[in-house]
Amino acid sequence: MSSTFDQIANIIAETCDIPRDTIKPESHAIDDLGIDSLDFLDIAFAIDKAFGIKMPLEKWTQEVNDGKATTEQYFVLQNLADRIDELVAAKNAAPGA
Amino acid sequence: MDLDYFKLIDRIVELNLDEKRITVEAQVPAQHTIFEGHFPGFPTMPGVLLTEAMAQSSGWLLLGLLKFERMPFLAIIKEAKMRGFVSPGTLLTIEAKLEHEGSGFAVTKAKGRAGKELKCSAEITFGLTPFPDPSMRVHMDAMANKIGFPLQAITQ
Repeated sequence: MSSTFDQIANIIAETCDIPRDTIKPESHAIDDLGIDSLDFLDIAFAIDKAFGIKMPLEKWTQEVNDGKATTEQYFVLQNLADRIDELVAAKNAAPGA
Repeated sequence: MDLDYFKLIDRIVELNLDEKRITVEAQVPAQHTIFEGHFPGFPTMPGVLLTEAMAQSSGWLLLGLLKFERMPFLAIIKEAKMRGFVSPGTLLTIEAKLEHEGSGFAVTKAKGRAGKELKCSAEITFGLTPFPDPSMRVHMDAMANKIGFPLQAITQ
Protein backbone atom coordinates (compact mmCIF):
# COMPACT_ATOMS: atom_id res chain seq x y z
CA MET A 1 0.00 0.00 0.00
CA SER A 2 1.41 3.38 -1.01
CA SER A 3 2.04 6.08 1.56
CA THR A 4 -0.28 9.01 2.11
CA PHE A 5 2.35 11.26 0.54
CA ASP A 6 2.54 9.07 -2.57
CA GLN A 7 -1.23 9.09 -2.92
CA ILE A 8 -1.53 12.87 -2.70
CA ALA A 9 1.50 13.34 -4.98
CA ASN A 10 -0.17 11.12 -7.58
CA ILE A 11 -3.41 13.11 -7.24
CA ILE A 12 -1.54 16.40 -7.69
CA ALA A 13 0.40 15.09 -10.70
CA GLU A 14 -2.78 13.92 -12.38
CA THR A 15 -4.95 16.90 -11.47
CA CYS A 16 -2.45 19.66 -12.24
CA ASP A 17 -0.42 17.99 -14.98
CA ILE A 18 2.78 18.32 -12.93
CA PRO A 19 5.51 15.70 -13.53
CA ARG A 20 5.28 13.21 -10.68
CA ASP A 21 9.06 13.10 -10.14
CA THR A 22 9.15 16.84 -9.35
CA ILE A 23 6.71 16.45 -6.46
CA LYS A 24 8.66 15.87 -3.24
CA PRO A 25 7.65 15.55 0.43
CA GLU A 26 9.30 18.93 1.06
CA SER A 27 7.48 20.62 -1.86
CA HIS A 28 5.20 23.51 -0.95
CA ALA A 29 2.01 23.15 -2.96
CA ILE A 30 1.70 26.86 -3.63
CA ASP A 31 5.26 28.24 -3.53
CA ASP A 32 7.07 25.33 -5.20
CA LEU A 33 4.42 23.65 -7.35
CA GLY A 34 2.46 26.78 -8.28
CA ILE A 35 -0.91 25.25 -7.48
CA ASP A 36 -3.61 27.93 -7.40
CA SER A 37 -6.81 27.98 -5.38
CA LEU A 38 -8.94 26.57 -8.19
CA ASP A 39 -6.64 23.63 -8.78
CA PHE A 40 -6.54 23.09 -5.04
CA LEU A 41 -10.35 22.72 -5.03
CA ASP A 42 -9.94 19.91 -7.52
CA ILE A 43 -7.17 18.35 -5.45
CA ALA A 44 -9.22 18.66 -2.26
CA PHE A 45 -12.15 16.88 -3.93
CA ALA A 46 -9.88 14.04 -5.05
CA ILE A 47 -8.22 13.75 -1.61
CA ASP A 48 -11.59 13.87 0.22
CA LYS A 49 -12.85 11.07 -2.02
CA ALA A 50 -9.70 8.96 -1.84
CA PHE A 51 -9.46 9.08 1.96
CA GLY A 52 -13.15 9.39 2.86
CA ILE A 53 -12.59 12.63 4.76
CA LYS A 54 -13.48 16.32 4.56
CA MET A 55 -10.31 18.39 4.70
CA PRO A 56 -11.13 21.52 6.75
CA LEU A 57 -9.71 23.93 4.18
CA GLU A 58 -11.70 26.91 5.44
CA LYS A 59 -10.50 26.36 9.01
CA TRP A 60 -6.90 26.02 7.85
CA THR A 61 -7.16 29.15 5.72
CA GLN A 62 -8.61 31.08 8.63
CA GLU A 63 -5.80 29.93 10.91
CA VAL A 64 -3.22 31.12 8.37
CA ASN A 65 -5.01 34.44 7.88
CA ASP A 66 -5.20 34.93 11.65
CA GLY A 67 -1.48 34.21 12.04
CA LYS A 68 -2.19 31.10 14.14
CA ALA A 69 -0.58 28.80 11.61
CA THR A 70 1.81 29.01 8.69
CA THR A 71 1.08 27.86 5.16
CA GLU A 72 3.94 25.38 5.57
CA GLN A 73 1.96 23.49 8.22
CA TYR A 74 -0.73 22.65 5.70
CA PHE A 75 0.77 23.03 2.25
CA VAL A 76 4.20 21.40 2.51
CA LEU A 77 3.19 18.00 1.20
CA GLN A 78 4.62 15.84 3.97
CA ASN A 79 2.82 18.05 6.49
CA LEU A 80 -0.36 17.81 4.42
CA ALA A 81 0.04 14.02 4.42
CA ASP A 82 0.40 14.09 8.21
CA ARG A 83 -2.76 16.22 8.55
CA ILE A 84 -4.63 13.75 6.32
CA ASP A 85 -3.41 10.81 8.41
CA GLU A 86 -4.74 12.62 11.51
CA LEU A 87 -8.13 13.18 9.86
CA VAL A 88 -8.34 9.54 8.80
CA ALA A 89 -7.40 8.39 12.31
CA ALA A 90 -10.02 10.71 13.83
CA LYS A 91 -12.65 9.37 11.44
CA ASN A 92 -11.78 5.77 12.28
CA ALA A 93 -11.89 6.53 16.00
CA ALA A 94 -15.30 8.17 15.79
CA PRO A 95 -18.32 6.26 17.13
CA GLY A 96 -19.89 4.15 14.41
CA ALA A 97 -16.75 4.21 12.28
CA MET B 1 -36.10 30.32 -19.68
CA ASP B 2 -35.36 34.00 -19.77
CA LEU B 3 -32.28 33.90 -21.94
CA ASP B 4 -31.78 37.67 -21.92
CA TYR B 5 -31.43 37.67 -18.16
CA PHE B 6 -29.64 34.31 -18.01
CA LYS B 7 -32.40 32.89 -15.82
CA LEU B 8 -32.63 29.43 -17.24
CA ILE B 9 -34.72 27.55 -14.69
CA ASP B 10 -38.51 27.94 -14.77
CA ARG B 11 -39.77 25.64 -12.07
CA ILE B 12 -38.54 23.40 -9.29
CA VAL B 13 -40.38 20.10 -9.62
CA GLU B 14 -38.84 18.34 -6.64
CA LEU B 15 -36.25 19.16 -4.01
CA ASN B 16 -35.22 16.25 -1.81
CA LEU B 17 -32.70 17.43 0.76
CA ASP B 18 -32.43 14.02 2.41
CA GLU B 19 -31.34 12.46 -0.86
CA LYS B 20 -29.51 15.67 -1.83
CA ARG B 21 -31.06 15.95 -5.28
CA ILE B 22 -33.27 18.30 -7.25
CA THR B 23 -35.42 18.10 -10.36
CA VAL B 24 -36.29 21.25 -12.31
CA GLU B 25 -37.94 22.20 -15.57
CA ALA B 26 -36.56 24.63 -18.13
CA GLN B 27 -38.60 25.59 -21.15
CA VAL B 28 -36.43 26.48 -24.13
CA PRO B 29 -38.12 29.43 -25.86
CA ALA B 30 -39.66 28.76 -29.25
CA GLN B 31 -38.08 31.93 -30.61
CA HIS B 32 -35.03 33.97 -29.70
CA THR B 33 -32.35 35.89 -31.56
CA ILE B 34 -29.81 33.30 -30.39
CA PHE B 35 -31.39 30.82 -32.78
CA GLU B 36 -31.00 33.20 -35.71
CA GLY B 37 -27.26 32.77 -35.46
CA HIS B 38 -27.03 29.35 -33.83
CA PHE B 39 -27.71 28.16 -36.52
CA PRO B 40 -29.44 29.58 -39.59
CA GLY B 41 -31.71 26.82 -40.87
CA PHE B 42 -30.92 24.59 -37.88
CA PRO B 43 -31.79 26.40 -34.64
CA THR B 44 -30.11 24.61 -31.75
CA MET B 45 -29.71 25.42 -28.07
CA PRO B 46 -26.00 26.24 -27.49
CA GLY B 47 -24.17 23.71 -25.38
CA VAL B 48 -22.79 26.46 -23.16
CA LEU B 49 -26.36 27.40 -22.19
CA LEU B 50 -27.27 23.77 -21.52
CA THR B 51 -24.22 23.63 -19.26
CA GLU B 52 -25.29 26.83 -17.52
CA ALA B 53 -28.79 25.38 -17.03
CA MET B 54 -27.25 22.33 -15.34
CA ALA B 55 -25.14 24.66 -13.19
CA GLN B 56 -28.17 26.75 -12.17
CA SER B 57 -30.12 23.57 -11.32
CA SER B 58 -27.22 22.45 -9.14
CA GLY B 59 -27.06 25.92 -7.63
CA TRP B 60 -30.66 25.74 -6.42
CA LEU B 61 -29.95 22.36 -4.87
CA LEU B 62 -26.93 23.76 -3.05
CA LEU B 63 -28.83 26.84 -1.89
CA GLY B 64 -31.37 24.47 -0.35
CA LEU B 65 -28.71 22.34 1.32
CA LEU B 66 -26.97 25.50 2.58
CA LYS B 67 -30.28 27.02 3.73
CA PHE B 68 -29.50 30.14 1.70
CA GLU B 69 -26.67 30.99 4.09
CA ARG B 70 -24.03 30.89 1.37
CA MET B 71 -24.00 31.35 -2.36
CA PRO B 72 -22.62 28.72 -4.75
CA PHE B 73 -20.49 30.16 -7.55
CA LEU B 74 -19.50 28.11 -10.58
CA ALA B 75 -15.83 27.09 -10.43
CA ILE B 76 -15.12 23.94 -12.46
CA ILE B 77 -17.00 22.03 -15.17
CA LYS B 78 -15.89 18.51 -15.97
CA GLU B 79 -17.13 15.90 -18.36
CA ALA B 80 -19.66 18.24 -19.93
CA LYS B 81 -21.32 16.17 -22.64
CA MET B 82 -23.81 17.41 -25.21
CA ARG B 83 -25.52 14.19 -26.15
CA GLY B 84 -28.18 15.41 -28.55
CA PHE B 85 -29.49 18.55 -30.23
CA VAL B 86 -32.00 20.62 -28.28
CA SER B 87 -34.45 22.52 -30.47
CA PRO B 88 -36.40 25.72 -29.71
CA GLY B 89 -39.57 24.95 -27.75
CA THR B 90 -38.14 21.88 -26.00
CA LEU B 91 -39.11 21.29 -22.37
CA LEU B 92 -35.96 20.21 -20.53
CA THR B 93 -36.06 18.32 -17.26
CA ILE B 94 -32.82 18.68 -15.36
CA GLU B 95 -31.77 16.57 -12.39
CA ALA B 96 -28.83 17.42 -10.16
CA LYS B 97 -27.41 15.41 -7.29
CA LEU B 98 -24.80 16.30 -4.71
CA GLU B 99 -21.67 14.29 -5.32
CA HIS B 100 -19.55 15.74 -2.52
CA GLU B 101 -19.67 18.58 -0.02
CA GLY B 102 -16.19 19.72 0.89
CA SER B 103 -14.93 22.58 3.01
CA GLY B 104 -15.91 25.70 1.06
CA PHE B 105 -16.82 23.82 -2.09
CA ALA B 106 -19.34 21.30 -3.42
CA VAL B 107 -19.50 19.00 -6.42
CA THR B 108 -22.67 17.97 -8.23
CA LYS B 109 -23.58 15.74 -11.13
CA ALA B 110 -26.35 16.96 -13.42
CA LYS B 111 -28.30 15.53 -16.34
CA GLY B 112 -30.70 17.22 -18.74
CA ARG B 113 -33.41 15.31 -20.58
CA ALA B 114 -36.05 16.06 -23.19
CA GLY B 115 -38.72 13.51 -22.38
CA LYS B 116 -36.77 10.32 -21.73
CA GLU B 117 -33.93 11.28 -24.02
CA LEU B 118 -30.69 12.27 -22.28
CA LYS B 119 -29.43 15.49 -23.86
CA CYS B 120 -26.58 16.66 -21.65
CA SER B 121 -24.63 15.82 -18.50
CA ALA B 122 -21.77 17.26 -16.47
CA GLU B 123 -19.88 17.19 -13.19
CA ILE B 124 -19.82 20.67 -11.71
CA THR B 125 -17.80 22.18 -8.85
CA PHE B 126 -18.88 25.29 -6.96
CA GLY B 127 -17.13 27.55 -4.50
CA LEU B 128 -19.38 28.31 -1.53
CA THR B 129 -19.07 31.84 -0.18
CA PRO B 130 -21.09 34.26 1.92
CA PHE B 131 -23.40 36.40 -0.21
CA PRO B 132 -21.14 39.21 -1.50
CA ASP B 133 -23.95 41.76 -1.26
CA PRO B 134 -27.23 41.76 0.71
CA SER B 135 -29.16 42.76 -2.42
CA MET B 136 -28.08 39.52 -4.05
CA ARG B 137 -29.61 37.52 -1.23
CA VAL B 138 -32.85 39.49 -1.62
CA HIS B 139 -32.79 38.78 -5.34
CA MET B 140 -32.23 35.06 -4.81
CA ASP B 141 -35.14 34.94 -2.36
CA ALA B 142 -37.38 36.56 -4.99
CA MET B 143 -36.16 34.15 -7.65
CA ALA B 144 -36.71 31.21 -5.31
CA ASN B 145 -40.29 32.32 -4.79
CA LYS B 146 -40.82 32.74 -8.53
CA ILE B 147 -39.65 29.26 -9.48
CA GLY B 148 -41.45 27.51 -6.64
CA PHE B 149 -38.56 26.81 -4.32
CA PRO B 150 -40.10 24.87 -1.39
CA LEU B 151 -38.94 27.11 1.46
CA GLN B 152 -40.56 24.77 3.99
CA ALA B 153 -37.93 22.18 3.01
CA ILE B 154 -35.17 24.29 4.55
CA THR B 155 -37.05 25.35 7.66
CA GLN B 156 -37.71 21.80 8.84
